[in-house]
Amino acid sequence: MLVRTTPDVGGIGHSIKRKEDPRFLRGHGRYVDDIQLPGMLYLDIVRSPFAHARITKIDTERAMKVPGVLAVITGETLAKYNLHWMPTLMSDTQMVLPTEKVMYQAQEVAGVIATSRYAAADGVDAVEVEYDPLPVVVDPFKALEPDAPVLRTDKKDKHDNHIFHWEAGDRQATDTAFKSADVTVAQDIYLPRIHVASIETCGCVADFDRITGKLTVYMTTQAPHAIRTVVALVAGHVGLSEEKIRIVSPDIGGGFGGKVPVYPGYVIAIAASVVIGKPVKWIEDRTENLQADSFARDYHIKAELAARKDGTLTALRIKTVADHGYTDAAANPSKFPAGLFSICTGSYDIPHAFAEVDGAYTNKPPGGIAYRCSFRVTEAVHAIERTVDVMAQKLGMDPADLRFKNFIHPDSFPYKSALGWEYDSGNYPAALRKAMLKIEYADLRREQIEKRKRGELMGIGISSFTEIVGAGPSKQFDILGIKMFDSCEIRVHPTGKATARLGTKSQGQGHETTYAQIIAEELGIPAMHIEIEEGDTDTAPYGLGTYASRSTPTAGAAAAVAARKIREKAKKIAAHLLEVSEDDLVWEPGKFSVIGAPQKSKSIQEIALAAYTNHPPGMEAGLEAVNYYDPPNLTFPFGSYIAVVDIDRGTGAVKIRRFVAVDDCGTIINPMIVEGQVHGGLTMGMAPALFEEIQYDESGNIQGGSFMDYLLPTAMETPKWETDHTVTPSPHHPFGAKGVGESATVGAPPAIVNAVVDALSHLGVTHIDIPITPEKVWKILKEKGVAD
Amino acid sequence: MSTHSIHVTINGTPYDERVDARLMLVHFLRDQLRLTGTHIGCDTTHCGACTVVVDGEPVKSCTVLAVQADGSDITTVEGLEHDGKLHPLQEGFWNEHGLQCGYCTPGMMMAAYGLLARNAAPSELEIRQAISGNLCRCTGYVNIVKSIRYAAAQPR
Repeated sequence: MLVRTTPDVGGIGHSIKRKEDPRFLRGHGRYVDDIQLPGMLYLDIVRSPFAHARITKIDTERAMKVPGVLAVITGETLAKYNLHWMPTLMSDTQMVLPTEKVMYQAQEVAGVIATSRYAAADGVDAVEVEYDPLPVVVDPFKALEPDAPVLRTDKKDKHDNHIFHWEAGDRQATDTAFKSADVTVAQDIYLPRIHVASIETCGCVADFDRITGKLTVYMTTQAPHAIRTVVALVAGHVGLSEEKIRIVSPDIGGGFGGKVPVYPGYVIAIAASVVIGKPVKWIEDRTENLQADSFARDYHIKAELAARKDGTLTALRIKTVADHGYTDAAANPSKFPAGLFSICTGSYDIPHAFAEVDGAYTNKPPGGIAYRCSFRVTEAVHAIERTVDVMAQKLGMDPADLRFKNFIHPDSFPYKSALGWEYDSGNYPAALRKAMLKIEYADLRREQIEKRKRGELMGIGISSFTEIVGAGPSKQFDILGIKMFDSCEIRVHPTGKATARLGTKSQGQGHETTYAQIIAEELGIPAMHIEIEEGDTDTAPYGLGTYASRSTPTAGAAAAVAARKIREKAKKIAAHLLEVSEDDLVWEPGKFSVIGAPQKSKSIQEIALAAYTNHPPGMEAGLEAVNYYDPPNLTFPFGSYIAVVDIDRGTGAVKIRRFVAVDDCGTIINPMIVEGQVHGGLTMGMAPALFEEIQYDESGNIQGGSFMDYLLPTAMETPKWETDHTVTPSPHHPFGAKGVGESATVGAPPAIVNAVVDALSHLGVTHIDIPITPEKVWKILKEKGVAD
Repeated sequence: MSTHSIHVTINGTPYDERVDARLMLVHFLRDQLRLTGTHIGCDTTHCGACTVVVDGEPVKSCTVLAVQADGSDITTVEGLEHDGKLHPLQEGFWNEHGLQCGYCTPGMMMAAYGLLARNAAPSELEIRQAISGNLCRCTGYVNIVKSIRYAAAQPR
């Protein structure tokens, strides 16, 4: 890849050290729980032990006698202000606090306001709630049966638990292709509920100033501007007006999609601060975080693939039931209730496809958020990558050969998929070839044959995934009607340094470094002299935030476009200073020179000074620009991953021996940061493949609401990831970048599952649902008579 | 609620403080002394974000009472830097990209600080074992291991 700037400037392609790190390394990050305001009160929340129950009584008398407790807020309190319900991002409704019944275990029932966190917790213990249990529905298939109890009794016109039906593709042509196919396979795949479990939980400090009428909320949000608008829409009728609302997203301890939704705790804290006139802090604990915050996945997929005898894929058909819990609170672009699931044709040129998804209400917390993924892309990738392997097994073909045979040809881009997406660019065979060379695929297959003769279980699994990220083009993408552009404002100061503000918000991705590098590349101002600010709605331009790998494709693009606007003005100033025509000037990073007389030049720093001291007559002073970037298309990062696993015949434990990840995210801004994103993504891909699942019993009791039961990978389980890349720039992005934060989370799970199934394929195993726990594998080994 | 007087030395500074009997050490550090570099991730000793070094041993401060720390010598992340110079662990995490969101980082560095105090040249496995009680959701640990190796390799 071409590197155009010197290391001192640190533009695109340099692995400069992160600018944000010194404060974190010194313990001086500023996370929401670090904020302590004078007179601050604390909110703690009473939660329901039942998954579905009528509330018959809330007795607050004993709680109000607890020393330090000032108030107990119930649904009735909020109902006086019509704040007991709020809209979700999918235009459904969600309770802030219930007035009639609870709909999932750990649902918020009342808020206790006290002078300390300990007193608030004492108050929670002293609130007495009486419940009358109701029938519980936890299985989405049962929820969709005609005689199932209707859960959303608050909706007068709702007589079932069906939320939406969504479909894409040509049903008839697909059915016809299946009828005439030589070979077909069908696979049921369950992707269980999982939780992002960022190490920092969610929380806020709401601070309402009665004198100015201004509400400031410091909160763990990935999308501060969208939250400001939502607060204005929800609470406009009680006098909160958007210009009087300031949302500040301070340092965020990991987001991964879990910090996109508006949780009831935020709203209760805001309401309490407005009523009491003092700052109110709410910080959820880990159990609350795991039990009540929004969940990801819970997709019951039936995937079918049709092919000719030679392995040419001819059609894909997918039917899915999606469990959304008691409300549709997915964080999705409005037009796509199943997100971007229609990327499920993946990296393959499949002429006919049809996909349908039905959403169901159950007695679980809201689902449908992402787990480090762009709106259901992980579900889509798992479905296709798993089913391609099932087909390879049926045909007796090597899974690599089947993939090579069906990849979209590198010359076919832009490529229109059967489900309607225009893939901007890609070179899938190159990525898979590179991964196979690096891991020495042929040698591994030979080793596998030898090991099988000795009875040892070893498997090799491939995943050649394609993502769809960077939402999104305004013609297709909006949330509550707000188009999904993003923004950057750059101000170049008289001494040649710059400040840039963007509508996104880093949660560890390193935006303060990478955005500075983008601007350094475009203007030649050293990245170390460019200050990046995000997350304060009073200062940053409006943007939709950071999730779905959209920061670089949208705000990163805005940074480049805004910098180019500044360069256009800088050129006019340089021409004025050098007394030549603009046409006589040539740009190289950091300066304009006169063509043919390179000694005559003006640096960006000299131009910046002149913009405030000696600008051309008739020109406005200053050197700044803003851009709201509306991407012409999405971006399509891709990669090929290969996992090698060994299985212990005594315990069923799966050990990842090697894992090679070849990613293509287009132009790479900071190789060190990109590699770090891939490492983290791979680990969060391995986690649900092998460890993580949130289960419920028939009564809706969550099985495991702590890190004792919900197993995050530690350093002991995590292998040494091996990474590499190819570079296929996006043709429509200003500098060819595509986004990388989620690629590995999306691509890794099927590689691991395919490897485990491959290790057991000679025993007749064709599929295992995740998480692949030792117990699950051991049972298979036992059943097949090969357990030690 | 009974209160107690405790004497602790934190990052070389002595403190005499009154604390509630039930106050956790992590809340004492964060809320009472405003040393907010030590974080809370789970309250149940699983995640290690609250790790500090007490009398030479890494300890999860979310499940230690402040009164139990009476008389002890405590090092927190704020005590790593000396005279404006970063500790080799801090340098290592910066150079090797051993942090992303930064939330687990102080606890991770304090666990490593405890390791290096008892084992100056740990193997990769020993490093992984030493931080196995500290969860990181961002980095995938590979660069954290490199960061600790970097620190171990610095002359002391």
